[in-house]
Amino acid sequence: MAETKTVAPKEGPGTQFWNWLTETQIWTSVFRHGRPDSDRNRVLVMLSNVFLHLHPVRIRKSGVKLRYTWCMGGLSFFLFLSLTLTGLLLMFYYRPTLEYAYTDIVGLREHVPLGIMREMHRWGAHAMVITVWLHMFRVFMTGSYKPPREFNWSVGVVMLVLTLLLSFTGYLLPWDQLAIWAITVGSNMARATPFLGYEGPGAQLLRLGDVPLIHAYDDARFALLGGSFVGEGALLRFYVLHCVGLPLGIAVLMAVHFWRVRKDGGISGPL
Amino acid sequence: MADDTKPNSEVPSAPATGATPAATAHARPAPAPRPPAAPIPDLAGKTTNAASPGGAAAKAAAARPAAAAAAATGRAADDTSPLLTRRAWMGLAWGAFSAASAAALAATGRFMFPNVLNEPPQQFKAGFPNEYGTGVDERWKEKFGIWLVRTPDDIEQHAGGFYALMTVCTHLGCTPNYLSAENKFKCPCHGSGYRLTGVNFEGPAPRPLERARVVLSDDGQILVDKSRKFQYELGQWKDPESFLKA
Repeated sequence: MAETKTVAPKEGPGTQFWNWLTETQIWTSVFRHGRPDSDRNRVLVMLSNVFLHLHPVRIRKSGVKLRYTWCMGGLSFFLFLSLTLTGLLLMFYYRPTLEYAYTDIVGLREHVPLGIMREMHRWGAHAMVITVWLHMFRVFMTGSYKPPREFNWSVGVVMLVLTLLLSFTGYLLPWDQLAIWAITVGSNMARATPFLGYEGPGAQLLRLGDVPLIHAYDDARFALLGGSFVGEGALLRFYVLHCVGLPLGIAVLMAVHFWRVRKDGGISGPL
Repeated sequence: MADDTKPNSEVPSAPATGATPAATAHARPAPAPRPPAAPIPDLAGKTTNAASPGGAAAKAAAARPAAAAAAATGRAADDTSPLLTRRAWMGLAWGAFSAASAAALAATGRFMFPNVLNEPPQQFKAGFPNEYGTGVDERWKEKFGIWLVRTPDDIEQHAGGFYALMTVCTHLGCTPNYLSAENKFKCPCHGSGYRLTGVNFEGPAPRPLERARVVLSDDGQILVDKSRKFQYELGQWKDPESFLKA
C-alpha cells in the first residue's frame, strides 16, 4: 500500500522497468484498479467489467456451497460456452446440403485432426440438457422461484425451451436416417399447433369462404421445414436456427438471467 | 373487393346519407359512394389541401389567434403546430411508425414461405395399366411417395384394379417398408404393420394408410393425384376416384 512507502533501497533495473511500465498510459487504461486484495478493489473488479458487473458484488456463503446450488446453473453456462466454441469449429467443415451434410459429419471423425470435436459437441449438448433440467429442479426444490425471483424463473423457462430447440435443431444436422426420421416425427407435432398448424384446433376456422388460410403448405410446420417434408429446406433452416438464431436468443436471455440474479438480491439463501 | 365498387358504379348519384330505408333494407350497409378525385374521407381535414378545413386558407385564419385558440383547445402555449395538436401529431407519427413496423414484420414472416418449391409435383402419370402385374409396385415410392397396387379384388370396391397408397405411416409419418416375403408394409420407426390393402393390423398406427386419387388420364395412362386423399375409416375408399378398375 502507498502509506508504507519508505526510503527505498536501490531499485534494480527490473523494478525500475516495472514501475515505469505500470505507470504508462496504456497500462493504466487497461488495468483500471489495483489487485483485488482489498474490499474496495474487489468491488471495483465487479463494477468495472462488463461481464462481471452482471453479477452481484457480494453473495451469501450458501451461494458458493455446492450442496446448496449444485453449481448446475454455472455448469449449464460452462457447457453453453464449450458448445459455442466446438460448434464454431465444426462450422469450418460442415456444409448443410443434401450432398455434403452426412459425409462432412463422417469426415469430422475420420479426416480431421482431433476427431472428437464433434463428439464433444454432441455429448456436451446432451449434458447441457441434463444440467439445465437439474438446475431447474434445484431452483424449484429450494423455492428460489418465489418472489422476487418470479421473473427470472420465467426467463429460465424460455431458456429451457431454447435449449431443447437447440438440441432438436442440432439433431437433424448429421442427416442420417435417425436424424431425418426423428425430425419427421418431431416436426409433425407442429401440424397440431392451435390455429397455425393445419391439423390443429381452430385452423379450420381461419378461412376465406371455401379457401382455407392454413393448409399443409403455409402452416407452422411448413415454416419450420421450408417444405412439405424434411428435405434440403429443412436442413438449411435448422442449420441457421441452430448456429445463429437460437444461440443469439439464448445468449441475450442469459445476460438478463444473470443480471436478474443480482437485482433480485443474489443467489437465494436457504429457507 | 369487387362488390365494394359496384354500388358506386351503379348508383353514382345516390346521396351519401339520404338513401331511404326501403332502398337499403334488403342489402348490407353499402359503403358511402365516393365522389371521384375528392380527398380521402377519413383524412379530410387532416391533409393539407387548400380547400380543406385545415388547408392554407384555414391555416392563415387559425394562425393569428394561436395563443388564444391554444388555451381554448387545451394546447400548450407554445404548441403552434397547424391542423393538429403536437400530441396528435406524435400520435399520428407513432401510429404510422407502428403500422409500418407491423407491415415490415408481416413481410418478413411472408419471406419464410417461398413461392417456388423444389419438390416433386403432387400429380404424376404412372404409365399404362398393362405395364403392371398384380401386387405392389415400388417404382414411384422414392420420388412420389406412392405404392401403386394392383389387386384382383379390392376389399371396398369388390373389383379388380389399382389403388395408390401413400407411403406415410399414419402413426408419426415415417415411411414404411414393403416386405414382400411377409406380404405387408412395416414401419421401421415404431413397428406399425399394414396389410397390402393399407389396413393396419399391428403396432401403434391408429388408422389405415391413406389412398390417393387414381384415375385414367386422356392418353390412357394412370394418373395419380396426391392432392386428394381417401381415408378408409371415413368410408372414402368406396369413392370411385380412389380406385381405378382395370
